[in-house]
Amino acid sequence: MATLIESTPDVERKRNFRFRSLTATYVKELGVKSLLGACAALSVLTTLAIVVVLFTEASRFFQADDVYCDAAVVEDGVSHKCGSFVATSTRDSAGTQVACSTCGKLHTMPAEVTLVGFLTGSKWQPLIGRESEKKFGVWALITGTLLVSVIAMCLALPLGLITAIYLSEYANAHVRATIKPTLEVLAGIPTVVYGFFALTVITPTLKTFHDGFNTFNAMAGGIAVGILCLPIVSSLVEDALQAVPRSLREGAYGMGATKFEVSTKVVVPAALSGIISAFLLAVSRAVGETMIVALCVGSRPQMSLDPRDDMQTMTGWMVQMVLGDVSNYDVEYLSMYAVAALLFLMTLALTFAGNLVRRRFREEYQ
Amino acid sequence: MKTSQPHPLERLAGKVQPRNRQFWDHAFRWMCVAVASISILFLIVLLISILYQGVSSLNWNFLVHYPEPNPTNAGIGPALWGTIWVCIVCGVFALPIGVATAVFLEEFQPRSKWLRRCHSFIQLNITNLAGVPSVVYGILGLTLFVSMAGQFGTAKEPYMSFGVKYYDQFLSAGERALLVPIEDPSMPATVVVPGMKALNNDGDWVEVNVVKSRRDMPRDDAGREYALVEGRSSGRIQKPSWYFFRLPFGRSVLAGAFTLMLVILPIVIISSQEAIRGVPRSLREAGLGLAATKWQVVRNVTLPAAIPGIMTGSILAMSRAIGEAAPILILAGAIFITSSPSSLMDDFTVMPLQIFDWASRPQHGFHQVAAAGIILLLGILFIFNSVAVLIRQFAHTKSS
Amino acid sequence: MNELETTMVSKPTTFIPPGDERDSNEKTIVIEMDEFSAWYGDFQALHHLKLAVPEKRVTSFIGPSGCGKSTLLKWINRMNDIVPTAHAKGTLRLPDIDILARSTDVVALRRRIGMVFQKPNPFPKSIYDNVAFGPRIHYAGLSRNDLDDLVEWALKKSALWEEVKDRLNQSALGLSGGQQQRLCIARAIAIGPEILLMDEPCSALDPASTDKIEDLIYEIRKQYTIVIVTHNMQQAARCSDRTVFFFEGKIVEEGPTRSLFTNPKSKQTEDYVTGKFG
Repeated sequence: MATLIESTPDVERKRNFRFRSLTATYVKELGVKSLLGACAALSVLTTLAIVVVLFTEASRFFQADDVYCDAAVVEDGVSHKCGSFVATSTRDSAGTQVACSTCGKLHTMPAEVTLVGFLTGSKWQPLIGRESEKKFGVWALITGTLLVSVIAMCLALPLGLITAIYLSEYANAHVRATIKPTLEVLAGIPTVVYGFFALTVITPTLKTFHDGFNTFNAMAGGIAVGILCLPIVSSLVEDALQAVPRSLREGAYGMGATKFEVSTKVVVPAALSGIISAFLLAVSRAVGETMIVALCVGSRPQMSLDPRDDMQTMTGWMVQMVLGDVSNYDVEYLSMYAVAALLFLMTLALTFAGNLVRRRFREEYQ
Repeated sequence: MKTSQPHPLERLAGKVQPRNRQFWDHAFRWMCVAVASISILFLIVLLISILYQGVSSLNWNFLVHYPEPNPTNAGIGPALWGTIWVCIVCGVFALPIGVATAVFLEEFQPRSKWLRRCHSFIQLNITNLAGVPSVVYGILGLTLFVSMAGQFGTAKEPYMSFGVKYYDQFLSAGERALLVPIEDPSMPATVVVPGMKALNNDGDWVEVNVVKSRRDMPRDDAGREYALVEGRSSGRIQKPSWYFFRLPFGRSVLAGAFTLMLVILPIVIISSQEAIRGVPRSLREAGLGLAATKWQVVRNVTLPAAIPGIMTGSILAMSRAIGEAAPILILAGAIFITSSPSSLMDDFTVMPLQIFDWASRPQHGFHQVAAAGIILLLGILFIFNSVAVLIRQFAHTKSS
Repeated sequence: MNELETTMVSKPTTFIPPGDERDSNEKTIVIEMDEFSAWYGDFQALHHLKLAVPEKRVTSFIGPSGCGKSTLLKWINRMNDIVPTAHAKGTLRLPDIDILARSTDVVALRRRIGMVFQKPNPFPKSIYDNVAFGPRIHYAGLSRNDLDDLVEWALKKSALWEEVKDRLNQSALGLSGGQQQRLCIARAIAIGPEILLMDEPCSALDPASTDKIEDLIYEIRKQYTIVIVTHNMQQAARCSDRTVFFFEGKIVEEGPTRSLFTNPKSKQTEDYVTGKFG
C-alpha cells in the first residue's frame, strides 16, 4: 500500500487504493491449480481404467474353464450354493459330464481356455455348437488384422511418402492449397463412410477385374483403410521432411544436385526416423480400425493370406460379439475383452515406439 | 611433377550424364504430381459415388422419420437427435476438461524434479491415449459407464435413480392402458387382485373391474373398458422426466457422451496445447513482470490469445466425435430406436451407427438410405470444418 | 558503503543537466548482492558478484553478449523462476527482503520491481487495457474514475499521453515500436513499483524512438531506481549515473558512469568502452 503512495505522488493521496489481499489471490491460485491438475489427472485415470478393465475381464476369460458347482444345497435348513470347485476343463474333457465331488451334480465341461492356447492357437471357433470343438486361437484374428494392415500400408506408405515429398520439396503454394485441404478432408471423413465406400464401390470394382473376390474380402477393407491412413502418413512425413534443416538441402544443391537427388538422397535419408515413426503410427491406426473391417471384411476367422477371401479381424470379432445375442457371462463374450487387451497392447507398443522415434528425431534437429 | 598430373576426375570426362539425371528429375516430378492427384481422385470418386447412391433418398421425410423396416420410408430422425444430444453433452464435458489439462501442462510446469517427472508422465500418457483405438474406449465405456462393472445393479433395476416414475402396466379388455405406480423398482410385478385401483390414460384413479376368468368378461364396451382378469401379471414401464438420472447409466446418452469424451479428450488436449504454445513467450513474461500470478496471466493474456487455435482444435475434435461409430457401436450394440432421446438416461443411436446398421444389411434399398445418411453426416461435418477454417483465417488476418 | 559518489552525467544535446535535487547524501542502497552466483543447469552464468545499487539513480549494466547482465536482471525480480533449470546462490536482497529466499512472495516482489523487456511486448488488447492490466489485478476498490486517472497519469509519465489520448480503446498492436515500448513502461509504472528493470529497452527500436525512451528514463529517474541493461555504450553514458561492466559472468568494474568511461581502471573495461571488442 505504502509503495504506491510514495512512488506515485501525483495521483494517490486523495484515493483509497489498497492492494488486493495476496492471501486471497494465492488461495484462488491454489484452487485453480488443483482443479486444473485434477483435470490432467483424469487422463492418467483413463489409462488406468483401460488397463484395469481390460485385464480383469480378460483374466475372467482365462479362468472361464474353471467350473464351480452352482447346485443349491440345503444344510441345516438353510439353502445356499454348493460352490465347490469341480474341475478345470481340458481339451479332452470339454463337453463331457463331470460330477461335483461334494454334491454330485453333473456339469458339462466348457471349452478349454488357456493363455498359451489363446496366444498360439490358429483356430478361432467360439461359436461352433459342441463344447469340445470350440477353440480360441487368436492368431486366426491376428492374421486378418495383419493382412488388412499390410494391404493398407502397401497403399498408404508409398503414396503418402511421395505425396509428402511432393508437398514439401516440389509443390508451389497454389498446388499445396489444393492438395492439403483434400488430405484434411480425407482425414476428417468418418470411418463408417469408408466402410460403406469399400462395400459398395471398391468391392464391385475389384470383382470386375477378377471373379475370385468374395462379397466380403480383405482387399477392399485394406484399400479403404489405406485411403484412411494416407493423410496420416503424408502429414506426419511432411512434418519430418520440413524439419530437415535448410542447410542440408543448400549444401546438396550447391554441389549441383537435381531436386530429385536432393529429395531422395539427402532429405529422405535425413528424415528417415521421422518417416519410420509415421509408419508406426499409421500401422497402429490401421490395426485398431473397426468400422471399415466390420462392414466389408466379413466374419470368418481364418489363417489365410488370400486377400480375396472373407476374414475376421480382432476388431471385427468385438463388433460381432456386441451385435450378437451372447450373454454377458459366456466365454465367447469374455473373449472380447481378451482380444481387446491384446489389441490395446499392440497399438500401445506401436504408438509408444512411434512417438519415441519421433521425439528422438525432433531432438536431432533442434 | 605434381602440377602436370591431370585432375583425377578428368579421366571420367564424358562419362557424366547430365541429360540422364535431368530425365529422372523430370520423371520423378511427374510421378509426384500423379501420386498427389490420386488423393484428389479418391475424394472425388468417394463423394460422387455416395451422392449418386443417396441423393434420391434425401428428403424431408428422411430427416424426421424413424428408421422404419421399409427402406423407402426409413428416416434418420432419432439418430440425428441422438447425435445432437450426445455431442452436446460430450462437448460440455470434454472441452473444459481438455483445455484445463492443456493449460495445466503448458503453463503450470513445476520446478521440482519429481513433479516435473509427473508432468512428463502425464504428457506421455496423453500422447499414448491418442493412439488407443476408439473401439477400446467403447469396451471401457461398456464396462465403466453402461454396467459400472455390475456394482450398481442393472439399468432395469438400478442401484439408485431419481426423476423417474415406475408403473406396472395392464391392458384392459377394452384396450385401455391401466397403470399402477410402483415405489421401488425392485418389487415384483403387480398381479391383478379384486378391488384394485389403477390410473387411466388421463391420470385419474379408476376402479378396476376384476373378473374371475376370461369367460366372465362383460360384453358391453362400458364394462370392458377397465376390465382385467384376476391373477394377470403386468409389464413394468418407466416414465422419465427430463432430469432422470440413475446408476448405472445403462446404454444411455450419458454413457455414450462420456465414452466419446474419453475418445476426443487427447485430441482436444493436444490441439489446445499447440495453440497455447503458439502464444509468444514475451506476452507471458510481460504479465509475470507486472506481478501477475500464473493463473492471472493465463486468464487475461494466454487464453485470450490462444482462443482461436483452441476453438479450431475443439471444432475438429467435435467433428471427430460426430463421425465416431465404433465406441458407440460397442456400448449400444444392435438396438432399434424409434424415438429421439428426451433425457440423459434414454437409449439412443447416433447417425454413424444408423448408417452402419443400414449399410450392413444386404438389401439395396437400405444402401441408398445409408448413402443419404452419409450425405447428411458429411454435410454437418463440412459446416463444422468450414467454421474452423473461418476462425483460423479470421485469427490469421487479425494477428498480422 | 563504499565510494558512492554522485556523478552528473550530461547528455550532449537534448538533456538538461540534472538539478540540485540530486542530493549526494541521499544514496541509500536498494539492491544489494554479495557472493551471488547463478546457473542454468550446469552452466554457471554469474560468478560471485558483489554489487550495491543506489536508490533513485540509473544504474546501467554493460558488457558483451552472453556476459550474464540480462541473467542478473532477471534474477532481481525472479523472472528466472519460469526457467526450470535456473538456480542461484549467495545474497541478493532489497533492504527488507531476501530476494532469493524460498519464502519470498514473488508476486509481492514483482509488484515492487517492475520490468521492461527487450522487445516491446504489449498485450493484444486496447491501449487502455494494457495500462489498466496491473492496477486491475493488484488494487481493490478501484472505481472507473480512479482507473481512468491512473491510466492517464501513467501515460503522461511515460510521455505517451499526447499521442494516444484519442485512441485509448484501439489495439496497442497498432502503435509504432517506440510507442509500444513507452506503453510497456507506462504499464510497468502504473502499478507503482520502486525499481524498474529495463532489459535493453531500445535494442529493437529506431534512433528517434530510442531518443524518446532515453529522455523518458532521464525524466522518471527522480522517482524510480532504474537498472538498465544495454549494449549501447552511448546510451549508458548518456542516461545512467552508475555503470557496471560485466565480462564472462563477472563484474570487472563498476563506478560512476563518467569515471568508468573516461578513466577506466581495468584494461578490459578500457578495451570495451573504446570499442576494441564487444
